[in-house]
Amino acid sequence: MACELGADEEACEVRRILIALTYLVFIVLLIIPLFKIGTGAWQEGLDGLIHAITRPEAVHALIMTAWIVVVVTVLNTIFGVMLAMYLVRGTWMGSRLKQFLNSIVDLPFAVSPVIGGLMIVLILGPSTTIGAFFESIGFKIVYAFPGMVLATLFVTFPLMVREVMPVLQEVGTQQEEAASTLGAYGWTTFWKVTWPLIRFGVIYGVVLTIARSLGEFGAVLVVSGNVMNKTQTATTLVYQDVENFNVVSANGVALVLAVFSVLLLLFMEWAKRRRGVH
Amino acid sequence: MNGILRHKGWSWGFRSTVMLYFIVLIALPIIGVYTKSFSLGWSAFADSVSDPLAWKSILLTLKLSLIATAINILIGTMIAWVLNRYKFIGRTFLNSLVDLPFALPTAVGGLMILLLLGPNSWVGNIAAQLGLQIVFHEPAIVIAMVFVTFPFVIRAIQPLLEELDKSEEEAAYLLGASKFHVFRRVILPSILPGVLSGAMLAFSRALAEFGAVVLVAGNIPGKTLIASVYIFGEVESDNPQGAAAVSILLLSLSFLILWLVNWVQMRRHAK
Repeated sequence: MACELGADEEACEVRRILIALTYLVFIVLLIIPLFKIGTGAWQEGLDGLIHAITRPEAVHALIMTAWIVVVVTVLNTIFGVMLAMYLVRGTWMGSRLKQFLNSIVDLPFAVSPVIGGLMIVLILGPSTTIGAFFESIGFKIVYAFPGMVLATLFVTFPLMVREVMPVLQEVGTQQEEAASTLGAYGWTTFWKVTWPLIRFGVIYGVVLTIARSLGEFGAVLVVSGNVMNKTQTATTLVYQDVENFNVVSANGVALVLAVFSVLLLLFMEWAKRRRGVH
Repeated sequence: MNGILRHKGWSWGFRSTVMLYFIVLIALPIIGVYTKSFSLGWSAFADSVSDPLAWKSILLTLKLSLIATAINILIGTMIAWVLNRYKFIGRTFLNSLVDLPFALPTAVGGLMILLLLGPNSWVGNIAAQLGLQIVFHEPAIVIAMVFVTFPFVIRAIQPLLEELDKSEEEAAYLLGASKFHVFRRVILPSILPGVLSGAMLAFSRALAEFGAVVLVAGNIPGKTLIASVYIFGEVESDNPQGAAAVSILLLSLSFLILWLVNWVQMRRHAK
């Protein structure tokens, strides 16, 4: 499609304009803003950046985010893969039920994160029966770590299921049936036959879950109460810094988050390419 | 080990745990919001919803989401076309960059827009001299919405463009059809389902967006306060019932869109 000699003049013109416009959109909407986070964090030099990240509240927030990412990713992976297996392979539930469950998997995509957080406060908040019961036995859910994990689990729920289900549907059951016929038990079949087939789907699901739980803001903000050094995560700290007109500090923390997101994106691209090769 | 795991009780236990997790995590909270908003009866619900500020925030959200979606349809279709049909320097790089708004925390996205367009940036200064107000006004909200929903339309159209049979296009050219005619009659109909489902996903995401918008909107009640920020405010001021009432309006709308997207995709698969 390159514009060689003798090629259609008009088509070449259109092509040039469209490519230029595409570059313009990317540069204005994505590249310059990303750059700005970098330069913004350096506004007060390296010392300013180091201070922004090593403030006690920033360290606490980053550790909090790391814990949420770890717990949510582990739980979401286990339950997501199992649910995907049941929804594709489970013969024990009727097709009607399967269809119904399948259609509600996506619901968290349609729910605003703020509403996701509100739901958890409404059901498990201190003024509800369940919340009061747990509080009386000394287990705080809302405005504490468990609630934040629940909120993040809610928003990340569809990611793993939706990555693994199409892969399972595509590979079919032949190989697994062959393994069972040859006498392999449930677990062995899973690890030796199913796992290698769905591996890349699970990896994508994990990357998406990490990215989403790292960046979750609305749901966590509502559930956590955003108490500094207690229930503050990296994203809610960025929000608070901006509200307090402390933009340089906000940039420092945002830069850490942005670097992680870009790394995840690169890893995803690498995994996709590897899958293409094999 | 295998002997134990093969036991019927184990698989029954696994099934129930996964199903219970699913229902408690997803279904229960949604039922909870609907019941809570009606917990004080119909009139309380009507009062919360007919609060002028609540109404204005919902209408504003709808209006701005529509604008953002329209912008995304235009630039998304163009970018998908350019990335799939033309070979040029940096194509692969741009193609990977499309997903950036999904990977980036929305609060970081909001901060980026604030830095780019804010009062102390050169774009903000130029705009201020021209008498345009961007940040803390409607344009910034639209930009934030376009930013977070950027990948949807592109990623929905790309596979369709790849599938599209080139011979149909060529046949049309050979028969003397003009470029514009080919685009309208051959290309557009085949990518339309992608444009539609991408646009609806972008629209429902824009309706729900909170993180990116809350930082750039200024959140002035009745002016730049969108629905999700309104809900957040109601939660903060300890009015969960009012928050739930506005939530279910927004939720019902999003569920309708999700159902429509599924319906469009089902019809496509049926073909």
